[in-house]
Amino acid sequence: METTILRKARPASGLRPNLGDYAAIYAGFSWQGARYELAGLPGGGLNIAYEALDRHLLRGRGSKLALRWLGKDGTQRDFSYASMARETNRFANVLRSAGIGNGDVVFTLLGRVPELYIAALGALKNGSVVSPLFSVFGPEPVKTRMARGGARAVVTTRHLYERKILPWRDQLPSLAHVFLIDGGEGSLPPGTTSLKAAMAAARNTFQIVKTAPEDIALLHFTSGTTGTPKGAIHVHEAVLAHHMTGKYALDLHPEDVFWCTADPGWVTGTSYGIIAPLTIGATLIVDEADFDAARWYAILSEQKVTVWYTAPTAIRMLMRAGREMVPKGTFDRVRFMASVGEPLNPEAVLWSADALGRPFHDNWWQTETGGIMIANYLSQDIKVGSMGRPLPGIEAAIVERDGEHVRIITEPMKSGELALKAGWPSMFRGYLHEEERYKKNFVDGWYLTGDLAMRDADGYFWFVGRGDDVIKSAGHLIGPFEVESALMEHPAVSEVGVIGVPDPVAGEIVKAFVALNPRYAESEALRKELLGHARLRLGPAVAPKEIVFRKNLPKTRSGKIMRRLLKARELGLPEGDISTLESDEK
Amino acid sequence: MSEDDIRAAVIAELGNIAPEADAATINPESDLREELDIDSLDFLNFVTALHKKLGVNVPESDYPRLLTVKGAIAYLAAKLGSARA
Repeated sequence: METTILRKARPASGLRPNLGDYAAIYAGFSWQGARYELAGLPGGGLNIAYEALDRHLLRGRGSKLALRWLGKDGTQRDFSYASMARETNRFANVLRSAGIGNGDVVFTLLGRVPELYIAALGALKNGSVVSPLFSVFGPEPVKTRMARGGARAVVTTRHLYERKILPWRDQLPSLAHVFLIDGGEGSLPPGTTSLKAAMAAARNTFQIVKTAPEDIALLHFTSGTTGTPKGAIHVHEAVLAHHMTGKYALDLHPEDVFWCTADPGWVTGTSYGIIAPLTIGATLIVDEADFDAARWYAILSEQKVTVWYTAPTAIRMLMRAGREMVPKGTFDRVRFMASVGEPLNPEAVLWSADALGRPFHDNWWQTETGGIMIANYLSQDIKVGSMGRPLPGIEAAIVERDGEHVRIITEPMKSGELALKAGWPSMFRGYLHEEERYKKNFVDGWYLTGDLAMRDADGYFWFVGRGDDVIKSAGHLIGPFEVESALMEHPAVSEVGVIGVPDPVAGEIVKAFVALNPRYAESEALRKELLGHARLRLGPAVAPKEIVFRKNLPKTRSGKIMRRLLKARELGLPEGDISTLESDEK
Repeated sequence: MSEDDIRAAVIAELGNIAPEADAATINPESDLREELDIDSLDFLNFVTALHKKLGVNVPESDYPRLLTVKGAIAYLAAKLGSARA
């Protein structure tokens, strides 16, 4: 295989890379030894929010800008570390007075607004578990996740509440409190509380709950091939990995202005869109608006962004927009750019180096890993198209499942399953209420990622594909089962198979193959009706972008729809082993 | 092409992307993405479809001008007008 290596000039900025000599730091690193990087709660315990905010106050850094929020309408709100500490104290007091305590799950269903960041960190101070949901989810994904998580409280807007929670709220008795950020006085829907009023009445001091390193802090939902979404559990100790990987993989320094474009509804937007930059003491930029090439370039230069973390879909949209759209000087201050969500295609790396003057550095991780595991680093040349090398403290290998055991594949560039030696601090500690499903991921002390990859002779990892049917669209995992279930609710649908099909911008888009019940006839009107049905339930990020009719779907003897076969045919690939095929596609 | 024709084309394309909503009744001055719950990929498809249907080339830098029904109609009308002139 031809490998393009992007050689780098010495970085122009005066900052020394946190990870200078990869081999030496990797060899000498231990998580135990890295613990001194954290403060720990005074009097014992470990709390993510304390590491992110209050510890900086003791060092006289309270007046430093922690978070700058850019509203869609051009407004800007600034929060210093001290003001974030006070606001999160207020929110913790709001929860406390509502009787929400340790281990209770607090959801957020919000766009990227300051209240989201305040609620997340405030809930952590209170010892509660935070689960941020993507506000673009439709009512079904919201309901599934909140019910599974046993939500005690949610912070949202009136509009989102009425559309996505109210229709099913009576089915979730655990949900005792709904805080509306835009609730004015007097006119609130029944059973809701104005967050503004509650915050105004709350004290701005709070004794942070003495959480232990293994106490649950975050609940992130992710999708599997079958069944309901999985609630990946992360503990307060994860902050050690957020912090160290922020330093090593993103090269974050306290001097940095950092922009992570991910929404906190996805794990990247929490680990790196909230926690890591704050524990490091940097300034975090939050943009409320969605992708807009011109706006993004303006933010980079006006806000003097120095480190930028985004995703392949956005990068491909910038490529489409063309280099003519990049105002001169936009990237003068940007010293590091990274990408995550799906493998970054080599063209995008080369384009960025050429058109933007800086290359994107691809890295790899999952909801389950809680933090970046494999990365291309500032100080290292880039093997274009590779996900890079493991972070210090992370042991990665390519393995082959062999009955009850795994065999490590040592031959270079041989495909197998990517595995990580279990035990790093941000490793997920369980899937909520699904111990068996959790255990299945671990064999011989390795966490098996479900991703297929290869390792080259120099120790760089190369992504090959997913080992299952999960769809990756615009960097987000989508479980085909969740989409199929929503479509099956429509009376016209008798069976449905959902796969990901390649898309030049999104990587993959969701495509549904639908067979109809006898009384229904295929028509353009029905196709649109199904599309609308799915969009209403699932929201635009999860709903199929394409629906096609089939008379029959390929099935196994047990009636299981063979998505793999649908996909092979869609892509014109060999059909592989079809010995289990009982009833074929028509 | 009259402004009504352009309006019809815009509404029809939005209806293809978000068939559950009635694009004809949304506030012509509010952000389509919020009114119709469409994401950035949907929006991209919307612009691409208009390009195909009307033959109007929309450079990426002009995308924000198509974020409302009113803006999209005005933009397309101007483009079609100047193309004919």
